[in-house]
Amino acid sequence: MIIQHPLLGARDAAEFTYLGDASMLMRPDPASASHPDKLMTAFHDYVHLRDNPAGIHKELWFHEQGDRSWLVVTRNVSTHEIISVELASDVKKASKRKSK
Amino acid sequence: MSRSMRIKGGLIDRSAPLNFSFNGHDYHGYAGDTVASALLANDVHLVARSFKYHRPRGILTSGAEEPNALMTIGAGDDADPNTRATIAELYDNMIVKSQNHVGSLNFDLMAINDWLSPFLSAGFYYKTFMWPAAFWEKFYEPVIRRAAGLGALSGNEDPSLYDKGYRHADLLVIGGGVSGLMSALLAGRAGLRVILADEDFRFGGNALAMNGDIDGKSYADWINDTLDELAHFPHVTLMPRSTVFGVFDHGTYGVLENLSDHLPKQDKPPYRQIMWKIMAKRAILASGALERPVAFADNDRPGIMLSGAVREYANRYAVATGNNVAIMTNNDSGIDTAIDLLQAGVNVTALIDSRASAESHQNLPKDIRLIAGDTIARTSGRKRIRSVTLESGAKISADCLAVSGGWSPALHLTCHHRGRPVWNDDIVGFVPGGDLPPGLLLAGSVTGAMSTKACLDQAVTAVNTALKDLGKKTISKPKISAEDKAYHISPLWQMGSNPKARKFVDLQNDVSSKDIKLAHQEGYRSVEHLKRYTTMGMATDQGKTSNVLGLAIMAEQSGRSIADTGTTIFRPPYTPVPIGAFAGRSRGKAFRPIRLAPSHQWAKEHNADFVEAGAWLRAQWFTRKGETHWRQSVDREVLATRSAVGICDVSTLGKIDIQGRDATAFVNLVYANGFAKLPVGKTRYGLMLREDGFVMDDGTTARLGDNHYVMTTTTANAVLVYRHLEFCRQGIWPDLDVQLISTTEQYAQYAIAGPEARQLLNKIVDNGVDISDAAFPFMACGEISICNGIKARLFRISFSGELAYELAVPARYGDALIRLLMDIGQPLGITPYGTEALGVMRIEKGHPAGNELNGQTSAHHLGMGRMLNPNKDFIGKVMAMRPELTRDDGVRLVGLKPVDPNHAISAGAHIVAIGAATTSANDQGWVSSVAWSPMMQTSIALGFVTSGNTRYGEVVRAADPLRGNDVEVEIVSPHFFDPEGRRLHG
Repeated sequence: MIIQHPLLGARDAAEFTYLGDASMLMRPDPASASHPDKLMTAFHDYVHLRDNPAGIHKELWFHEQGDRSWLVVTRNVSTHEIISVELASDVKKASKRKSK
Repeated sequence: MSRSMRIKGGLIDRSAPLNFSFNGHDYHGYAGDTVASALLANDVHLVARSFKYHRPRGILTSGAEEPNALMTIGAGDDADPNTRATIAELYDNMIVKSQNHVGSLNFDLMAINDWLSPFLSAGFYYKTFMWPAAFWEKFYEPVIRRAAGLGALSGNEDPSLYDKGYRHADLLVIGGGVSGLMSALLAGRAGLRVILADEDFRFGGNALAMNGDIDGKSYADWINDTLDELAHFPHVTLMPRSTVFGVFDHGTYGVLENLSDHLPKQDKPPYRQIMWKIMAKRAILASGALERPVAFADNDRPGIMLSGAVREYANRYAVATGNNVAIMTNNDSGIDTAIDLLQAGVNVTALIDSRASAESHQNLPKDIRLIAGDTIARTSGRKRIRSVTLESGAKISADCLAVSGGWSPALHLTCHHRGRPVWNDDIVGFVPGGDLPPGLLLAGSVTGAMSTKACLDQAVTAVNTALKDLGKKTISKPKISAEDKAYHISPLWQMGSNPKARKFVDLQNDVSSKDIKLAHQEGYRSVEHLKRYTTMGMATDQGKTSNVLGLAIMAEQSGRSIADTGTTIFRPPYTPVPIGAFAGRSRGKAFRPIRLAPSHQWAKEHNADFVEAGAWLRAQWFTRKGETHWRQSVDREVLATRSAVGICDVSTLGKIDIQGRDATAFVNLVYANGFAKLPVGKTRYGLMLREDGFVMDDGTTARLGDNHYVMTTTTANAVLVYRHLEFCRQGIWPDLDVQLISTTEQYAQYAIAGPEARQLLNKIVDNGVDISDAAFPFMACGEISICNGIKARLFRISFSGELAYELAVPARYGDALIRLLMDIGQPLGITPYGTEALGVMRIEKGHPAGNELNGQTSAHHLGMGRMLNPNKDFIGKVMAMRPELTRDDGVRLVGLKPVDPNHAISAGAHIVAIGAATTSANDQGWVSSVAWSPMMQTSIALGFVTSGNTRYGEVVRAADPLRGNDVEVEIVSPHFFDPEGRRLHG
């Protein structure tokens, strides 16, 4: 596979390591929950529950043999078509702005 | 015994005669021959025995689709089994052997299987070898493997070398027939970077087998002129002997280039094959079409060949495949074969056409005896066909029968992204469906186009599509004049009315029409089930000549149309690829990189015994004269370190440089214990958790400046921790102003431990560097200079429990530094120690390491529950407090000491009460690390025991039923040696 790195252009997938569902970016804030049980539930879901659709999926790739960027790759896992590639830091910052 | 069957013409080089041997007999051929054409030129048709029934078999085809003529080429370690004779280029003194027979090829003892065929039908494995179950592995399987098989490997290491390479192109053209050549030519003229790859050693494809003209030039001239022009384009790469075997993602194509199989041993280049990964923006598949046979009684006799192959042997190789050739066809290409053979001077005894009439019958030369509207009932001649008997009763003598059942587009690569072929009634075959791999275009007879003109027109269209896709100017359609006949075919799958006749469909796996019928009777109605039950199409040829025929026969059985029956699809590789080519250079020592510590060369010179730690080689002990057991070396190293000074290369530990205004906040978030108040110039032990609350890694982190930290990780987890920290930095806290870089390989780092450690260091630190206990106490760190101005980092940390330092210098000084320290340390009794002594000393001190931090233990289990800082956020904070990870009656890290000091404890042993049965119900924990302690003069161990911290003094058992070791042990504090830690503060 070829991944269009937002900073470096087309890179071979062999340069990357794969982590999985990009929901891992959405770590709950331990200071936010009102009740400890709710916090535990939120973290349980965050740590253990992953989507695994046969179709379009947002996933995390690490450019380990390159510039060490974490990327969010939106990919159709049935066809391997890559729809978009973003820096994980950009995705995370945007989600923070949204939640504010 | 051999007669020359050479005729005039052909593309062989008569000025370059070659010798070769087949099964020990010497023969002659020419450069430009394949093994198959050279054998046929010597009138050798019997070349193989079939897979299951050991029936005599001949050469069916003239290309990569060959199911029968598999040979072993070469001798000794070089022998390459299962090579298709039809594509193996002949070279001088080539050694060729047939396969799969017991005794000679001519008299194969295993041919008994043919008589047993009623018992060897589809599914016979499942039905016959059912019981007793134990017989399968010991008896049935070895016997079946011997009986039904292919050629054998030498059993020795493959002496060939393989390499890998990458190429990039705007356009990859797959197949060098006229469609591919035209595509490459037009794209080359338009300025695209083009790669043209073909599996054959000669470009031209099926045009090499035919007579015809393009733009007034003969095929041979047009091909040569086109190649000449292509060779002059610097941006066009021609790759003969290169098979595109797979279409992978995003325009990645797997290509196997053969560099040496066609050369005699003394001329072979060092690399046999190159596995190319070609990245192409667009590709044109111009793979042509493969002819298929028709099923009839005894249709597998030597001498029965495909019509196009007979034509190619005559036109390209100047070989008559028989003195009396009969032709059986259902389509116009059989007619063309007859005309070409007549022209080449080969005697055609009869042209049998299943069609009663056809347009193409009109202009047949009078010399050809046409029998229209008849089919074959049976043939005779066990080791070479002798005659053909027709349904009408006529008997025709023939020593070669050329059969054409129509053409199947070679659409295999279009299926590599699960594209489904669709049925086309006009050509009676499957053609590529619409769901092609992205970027793949088609041209030529792979689409079902049957005239040369139609193929060339498609090449123009495909090139223009590629140009348009790539944003280039399209070309105007050139005027092409070429053969443009209409093509006619009438479906014909089986011949003969005898229902008991065995008609072979898949020649390589010996699957007959009877097997297909049986599978259908037994309920295997889906094509996927049919394939797996009968093994049709599952041989190394992937059913290139047999699949469509098999499906058609199955459709006849079920009364459905072929379109409704559907087809199985193809996966890579298109043709077999040696495993060695996939491995490339990654074999033996080069299988993966080996990382060497800075002191490696020095350690090698001093009798170090090395152990693999991840990719690193680390010294585990240094054997001295007179030491015959590793324990002697390790004990000596421990005692010397604890009594004087020892030195150990710890460069392999991960080092991560952390800088930025928010570096403190970041370190404080990734460690479970507090780091917010660590002063500059101090080091602290850090416990790192995963987000699920389990311990991930530990290490020490030094604060070198307000905004500068150096973290260490365990050797094994260096990569994982770095990856994790980058994830935290970019994915969770991207607003923090902090940067990370791994400096593991940039620094050589030595642990210098023992009572004389400070005295040793004082000999190399520069003037003004004060490392006294007052100025540089336990856990101090700083940037210093040594040896007159070499910048170094010094950390007063101790894994051994001794007065100890870790000294880091730029890696290039590592070798010089260990030599210097060993030299000047001699009067102090300096001793190098390896990872084993390191391990013994840390167990004596109760420090956890990889065995304890195995990903299944929590901070509480390790007795570090109180380190979890409740006043800050950190990775793992919430989940670490789960009841199962924190409960008071959970396991705790303890020391274990055998009641009998000489009774060694097994690592991995389980803790059970005295007198209790050794069952999992009575399990109270496990032993994680063991050692002989030379200081305590006893075996010791670390382990995890239920509520262990409250049970010091209790005697339990460390039971290891697997190795038969059951030891009574006392639960003690994990701090065996110097529990007050006086030595490290010395």
